[in-house]
Amino acid sequence: MAKKIRSSEITPESVFRQRRVILQAAGLGLGAAGTGIMMPEQLHAAAPEFKDLAQWPGSTDETRTTFEQATTYNNFYELGTDKGDPKKNADKLATTPWTVEVGGECEKGGNYALEDILKPHTFEERIYRLRCVEAWSMVIPWVGFPLADLLKRFEPNSKAKYVQFETIYDPDKLPGQKYPILQWPYAEGLRIDEAMHPLTLMAVGLYGKELPAQNGAPLRLVVPWKYGFKSIKSIVAINFVEEEPATSWNKSAPREYGFYSNVNPQVSHPRWSQAKERRLDSDSSGFSALFSEKRETEMFNGYADEVASLYEGMDLKKSF
Amino acid sequence: MNTRAASAKGVTLSRASIIQASFNMSKLLLKPAVFILCLVPFFMAVAGVMTNKFVDPVEALLLISGEWGLRMLLITLCVTPIQFIFKWATVAKLRRMLGLFAFFYTTVHLAVWVVLDQGLDLGDALSAIVENMFITVGIIAWIGLLFLALTSNRFAVRKLGSRWKSLHNWIYLLVLLALVHFIWQVRASELLEPSIYLGAFALLLIWRFFRMIKR
Ligand code: HEM
Repeated sequence: MAKKIRSSEITPESVFRQRRVILQAAGLGLGAAGTGIMMPEQLHAAAPEFKDLAQWPGSTDETRTTFEQATTYNNFYELGTDKGDPKKNADKLATTPWTVEVGGECEKGGNYALEDILKPHTFEERIYRLRCVEAWSMVIPWVGFPLADLLKRFEPNSKAKYVQFETIYDPDKLPGQKYPILQWPYAEGLRIDEAMHPLTLMAVGLYGKELPAQNGAPLRLVVPWKYGFKSIKSIVAINFVEEEPATSWNKSAPREYGFYSNVNPQVSHPRWSQAKERRLDSDSSGFSALFSEKRETEMFNGYADEVASLYEGMDLKKSF
Repeated sequence: MNTRAASAKGVTLSRASIIQASFNMSKLLLKPAVFILCLVPFFMAVAGVMTNKFVDPVEALLLISGEWGLRMLLITLCVTPIQFIFKWATVAKLRRMLGLFAFFYTTVHLAVWVVLDQGLDLGDALSAIVENMFITVGIIAWIGLLFLALTSNRFAVRKLGSRWKSLHNWIYLLVLLALVHFIWQVRASELLEPSIYLGAFALLLIWRFFRMIKR
């Protein structure tokens, strides 16, 4: 564990360049031109791009969702409840400066600037399936690094049985937080072994670009075998805790959204079946999308080989 | 003097007849205008699908048709109050058409769900209707509307006589079911839209109640 930190202090070239990108983003509008690095067309681009990303070998080769689809159809209630609202209200989420408060059962808690959170990590591209509890799914190329690598840096102690995450709370600016649609701030949690699982990703980008606000800028979780709402967006707090933490959707409707919320075609949501899903990808757009057939939902969203062992001996109908 | 009076009278007469004619004209045009207006959401939705405006067009059509079904139902219930409050008898002519539009949009809603969402898998659809109470309630409301739509023609009105009115008073219960269906599927505590519809429905009921006890 300690070794990992030391080795990462020697910043490889690719990481250095990735960091540039992040810093450039941070500098946007705050004298970015002064860095002398950004090309004028970059200044106008929607989001800075990551260069020379390593490709994760486990990526799915299924037809991808388009960037347009993934960034205009979002559930991010802080920015509005209609699927198109988060993009429309994207400018209401200010991501610079960004601080993450780390606390609870760990040695290295404290407030970390985003740059310090990201500094030691090498980003890679991973194409994951994303399954929403509303029975639609996407295939998205994320940019990020294993959450485990980050959590280990904070040196969680033996009482750290769960990890709790919180989204930014800023009711003056975030239109959705003006109403008690959910209990704000949005909170999510994982069991420590889930959080440390190599599939669990801390994402900073998608489609080779920095995360747009509507997708959870600047820092979000991606837990591909769980329903999308577990993959908390715009994280400002990470807490190591001993007891199972309360989560927003579970508090809102405990019968409908469990703590685990693993993708499971056999456990129906009380209001809609989870047996099938509609894939939203580049094949399903426009008129033909009307007649695209739903596909069968896979156990753990198709990641059963990797994660089923986490839940051995558990009744997944009870611990849904 | 005489001629003056006569010509003045002539002027007023022709002015009145012009007003009368334009009034008849607007009466004549009211129904087609409202008809076209009621179709606007439908064609906007179709245009939206054609121009690739929706990431999930099936969901978009389902939600738009459901919302307009509910709105049309509430608008239909407003006809009688408008007729009495504004003493505007002509509006009553719109009642049947508006009611049929409510039926049209809820039928599109049902058809989108069965054909596009469930992919015509009737087994899936049936088990969803049985298992999901909000869909059960929706289908009951739609079947009720089907009966009202089938008995909305002149022939049925004549044939049913006084029973027609009591049959069509069921509309209040059906709208209540539609509201229950709507509120049931709302996620989290997103209660703004449901409260608006519920409030409108409550006002309509209160108005009806007071009219009933006044008579
Ligand atoms: C009187 C008849 C009905 C009315 C007025 C009505 C109205 C509505 C409304 C307003 C919504 C919510 C739309 C939104 O959230 O924006 C809705 C949702 C829905 N309705 Fe209906 N509905 C009716 C009947 C039915 C029937 C017969 C079915 C199917 C058998 C059905 C299936 C659904 C489904 C599946 C949704 C949820 C969509 C989702 O959650 O994504 N409805 N309906």
